[in-house]
Amino acid sequence: MDILDIIKPENQVFCKTKLMTDTPLSYCPGCGHGTAHNLTMEVIDEMGVSEETIGVAPVGCSVLAYDFMNIDITQAAHGRAPAVATAIARCWPEKYVFTYQGDGDLAAIGTAETIHACNRGENIVIIFVNNGIYGMTGGQMAPTTLEGMKSSTSPYGREIETMGSPLKMTELIANLPGVYYVTRQAVHTHKSVRKAKKAIRKAFENTRLKKGLSFVEIVSNCNSGWKMTPIESNIWMEENMFPYFPLGDIKVDGKLK
Amino acid sequence: MSELKLMKGNEALAEAAIRCGTDAYFGYPITPQSEVIEYLMTERPEKRTGMVVLQAESEIAAINMVYGAAGTGKKVLTSSSSPGISLKLEGISYMAGAELPAVIVNVVRGGPGLGTIQPSQADYFQSVKGGGHGDYKLYVLAPASVQEMADFVEDAFDIAFKYRAPVLILSDGLIGQMMEKVYLKPQQERLTNEKLIEKHGDWATTGKPKTRERNIITSLDLQSEKMEARVRNLMKKYERMEKEDLRYEKINCDDAEYLIVAYGSSARISQKAVELGRAKGIKVGLLRPITLFPFPKDQILELTNQVKGILSVELNAGQMVEDVRLSAQFKVPVEHFGRTGGIIHTPEEILEALEQKIIK
Repeated sequence: MDILDIIKPENQVFCKTKLMTDTPLSYCPGCGHGTAHNLTMEVIDEMGVSEETIGVAPVGCSVLAYDFMNIDITQAAHGRAPAVATAIARCWPEKYVFTYQGDGDLAAIGTAETIHACNRGENIVIIFVNNGIYGMTGGQMAPTTLEGMKSSTSPYGREIETMGSPLKMTELIANLPGVYYVTRQAVHTHKSVRKAKKAIRKAFENTRLKKGLSFVEIVSNCNSGWKMTPIESNIWMEENMFPYFPLGDIKVDGKLK
Repeated sequence: MSELKLMKGNEALAEAAIRCGTDAYFGYPITPQSEVIEYLMTERPEKRTGMVVLQAESEIAAINMVYGAAGTGKKVLTSSSSPGISLKLEGISYMAGAELPAVIVNVVRGGPGLGTIQPSQADYFQSVKGGGHGDYKLYVLAPASVQEMADFVEDAFDIAFKYRAPVLILSDGLIGQMMEKVYLKPQQERLTNEKLIEKHGDWATTGKPKTRERNIITSLDLQSEKMEARVRNLMKKYERMEKEDLRYEKINCDDAEYLIVAYGSSARISQKAVELGRAKGIKVGLLRPITLFPFPKDQILELTNQVKGILSVELNAGQMVEDVRLSAQFKVPVEHFGRTGGIIHTPEEILEALEQKIIK
């Protein structure tokens, strides 16, 4: 049988979502961002709401998210994505508005915007990719960098006494009444990808139901910044990141777990 | 039919914003402009017109809310006073870079730092020389009365959408706080979402239909050639503003031998100084720039053929005087007079300064 007899639309079982463009991803090979992008776009595609969706991109590795996501996107100033999304959601209450942010963006410079958008219970989704480091600027210490973890600005390892403890933004905002759904996921294995997708779907369903703010943290790797191979970085993430940033739901349907 | 009211400048601006069909206001309280958000919150514009009003957690959040809403084609306003505007400058630079229409109001107080809550015009440099980072300018309107506080909101939105650029209304604590009669225009309808998409759907992030490519709002371009083209495009816009949308007012300039250049509250006070001077037999005129960018540089240069000297009157230590000097091209003496610290010069002081510094 010729291969062309098999490649027919009726035999197709899987294809890339049209909401991801064909632009090659600018992320390092092995990085979790591509998967997180893909899951977000798949969910919006499967819900059939791409025409009603407005994304907000951050400053950081995913600053160019608009090159890869085939939807209307605004690129926000560093840390301000939740404020930008607030205004879009207030002016267009029927739309699906989400931010896609890293840990430097969301948990350092954008702490105030994050906490207040959460506290107001804005009807938006926040996708928070936490890899414990500033990737784009070349591997500096982030608010989420673990104790003892080396970075270009903590070259001898993060010292709690002088640099503070890694910030658990997700637990922090889960305590705010305006926040309806908080979960921490990963995208480094098949199993975790399936779970993360379900979580993202739940988050966007909450927007549909006007439930308020949904917050999906994705603990991810940064093999370049961590100076590891992709496989090593995933093992290191499981052994070091997951104990401090444990996976699972933190708040569901407005109730803390 | 317009409606006559007695209002504070800040309140007149807020009421005019509702009436001209503003879609959203995002702000943060700061003296001497808090009446803007107080008035809006009291008026419940969400019930009157569906306008969104939100008190943000900071000026930084407020300006980024403006950025977000403006990127969807909405008519968005924010207001603050000097220290708050300093905080907003990052967002304003992003809006200039991303080519977003919005109106920003600065009810100026004295600085630097926390300075004073009294009126000042010390933010001239910040307003007309860029302010934030990068190659950009703001179209700057300077109201000199409560009536202009009201009228300039709509004018500012017209310019903002004509050029897809942020526009600044540069007021001050005097114009913002004083009460005057004001004629308010009747209520205009806000654009429906359908009409908005029809008008701005080619660039605004309103959700991507299958019929068009995705819209992206960004000020980023990592390719140098493309970034340079972006900057050139901005410069073309500013050149066009200078050609098409310069605004100024000449008072008693026809036979003037001496000229005062002043804007905003200083222009108001200088007008009285001109009257006092004329009563004394001094042929003095007033040129009031209504827009500070574009600046009436050709008009000042032309007047140098006629006047013996120019006094730039400002509530600051001498800022606009630099532009007046550049415009006058050193053909006649140009001096500065102004008070700072929140002290407002009197017409007598201005006339005395003219006599001492220019007439001699």
